[in-house]
Amino acid sequence: MGARIRTVIIIGASLAGHSSARALRRSGFDGDIVVVGDELKRPYDRPPLSKDFLAGRTTEADLALEGDEEDLRVEWVLGTRAVALDPGTTTVTLSDGRWITGDAVIVATGSSARRLPTSLSGVHTLRTIDDAVALRDDMKPGARLCVIGAGFVGAEIASTARGLGMDVTVVEAADTPLAGPLGALLGNAVAGLHARHGVPLHCGTPVERLLGTERVTGVELADGRQLPADVVVAGIGAVPAVGWLADTGLDVTRGLLCNQVGATAAANVFGVGDCSAWFDPARGHHHRVEHWTDSRDRPRITVDALLNGYDPAAPATLGAPYFWSDQYGVRLQFAGRRVGDETVTFEAGSVDDADLLAVYWRHGKPVAVLGMDQPKQFGRWRRGLSHDLHGAAA
Amino acid sequence: MLHICSVEDVPQGEGLRITQVSPPIAVFRTDDDAFFAVDDTCTHQDASLADGWLEDCWVECPLHASKFDLRTGQVDEPPAKRPVRTHEVVVTDGEVWVTLSTEAPNLPPGVEVGA
Ligand SMILES: Cc1cc2nc3c(=O)[nH]c(=O)nc-3n(C[C@H](O)[C@H](O)[C@H](O)COP(=O)(O)OP(=O)(O)OC[C@H]3O[C@@H](n4cnc5c(N)ncnc54)[C@H](O)[C@@H]3O)c2cc1C
Ligand code: FES
Repeated sequence: MGARIRTVIIIGASLAGHSSARALRRSGFDGDIVVVGDELKRPYDRPPLSKDFLAGRTTEADLALEGDEEDLRVEWVLGTRAVALDPGTTTVTLSDGRWITGDAVIVATGSSARRLPTSLSGVHTLRTIDDAVALRDDMKPGARLCVIGAGFVGAEIASTARGLGMDVTVVEAADTPLAGPLGALLGNAVAGLHARHGVPLHCGTPVERLLGTERVTGVELADGRQLPADVVVAGIGAVPAVGWLADTGLDVTRGLLCNQVGATAAANVFGVGDCSAWFDPARGHHHRVEHWTDSRDRPRITVDALLNGYDPAAPATLGAPYFWSDQYGVRLQFAGRRVGDETVTFEAGSVDDADLLAVYWRHGKPVAVLGMDQPKQFGRWRRGLSHDLHGAAA
Repeated sequence: MLHICSVEDVPQGEGLRITQVSPPIAVFRTDDDAFFAVDDTCTHQDASLADGWLEDCWVECPLHASKFDLRTGQVDEPPAKRPVRTHEVVVTDGEVWVTLSTEAPNLPPGVEVGA
């Protein structure tokens, strides 16, 4: 396989795309790399968009992912969308009508924010720098912000807005916020940060509609309650940006389906980052991870497979997924795989503290860990996590 | 040269944050007993590298997992982009001495010397 790869096309010029290009060069790949991205910007870091960048504490230059002296010898095709892929010939059609052919294609198109169907002004979502700048322009001290969705991004926006002196309310359709990623006990513990910082959180009632005629004036919940708001942010999740692959015959129902090295069903077509659902041997099924660190690290595995081939039957483990979140000055970190029925122990602190280390156990083994302001202990537990979710080995 | 700590203050494979200097530094002791000193604050954001994970001559930031080469300060991967400042370490008679670098530190946005 290796010697024949002369041109690699990467679609998506963000974290996973940039990591793929870097991994190619670090592996000694000397051929052509073309990176196509529909944003006009060179790769940048998204996590600060809801945190320091939104708060105005860092600049756009701080967000750049490329180092000052980095030169990956990449041909950047920016401001251009990939609109179709022919997997048989690894040819990509671009929005400007051009097409490019490579020996391999790495799909790194990430996710797009789910939006509320509305044309009212003052209603935001947050995925790009442009989104963040638009939202920041609307974030005036004393103004009322309603955040729809108490997930991590929503919670961070609420926290940042509170820090800027806004009057913030969070609404969440589920009964327990963050129950999916953290479980009910710890989901509640983390979501408790809102109330402690003067941000009311309304759970268990979905939003019925937005109020206002041109500009939003509030949010109406399904039980009829009306919450006045000058600004609304929908933090209601993100969907894999794989619509452009619809005609490829590849499975994109839950993200681009890939094996445990990022290979798709088509030879020389790979998927990395938020857009992809890799087979996770530990879980025994495909799973889409939407975390920064995994999007940075997994492309190395993919690039190795792309250049050197791989044995589909070889046993493989993927590192424990990891993400962090910063809310109200608290550093949250989570790593591992939760199935749902774990036993939780507290190795430091308790649910009443915004300072705790909680470990999730299955079959007597630690499979996941949550830290709040415990970076050192967290890092040690994270490395000791078990990938054995099913009690296979004694 | 500043006397920083004793050898036994730093367990093998760990780092120790030293706040008697500004900005604070981190002293690391590798598994084969080499000592290194770098600025403690990550160049990306306000994290203490002494809390990080030490492997060979590299420390991984405890927050976002950029790795710094303790010999040169160079960073391997984003999100950090700038090297961390390194300081010269001398170990004599079980005591750790450091000569602080005279270069400007690469502190992250929002963190200032003396803060
Ligand atoms: C506000 C915010 C805060 C976050 N905070 C955290 C955090 O604290 N911790 C954490 O672990 N993770 C966080 N994340 C998630 C993290 O940023 C993502 O996991 C990461 O960006 C995924 O990288 P990616 O390269 O796979 O996808 P993306 O960063 O989504 O990039 C995909 C790129 O591909 C482009 N693209 C899409 N379709 C096409 C096409 N057809 N043609 C060409 N280009 C295309 C997109 O425009 C985009 O530039 C956050 C995300 C957001 C939005
Ligand atoms: S704070 Fe060190 S990598 Fe982010």
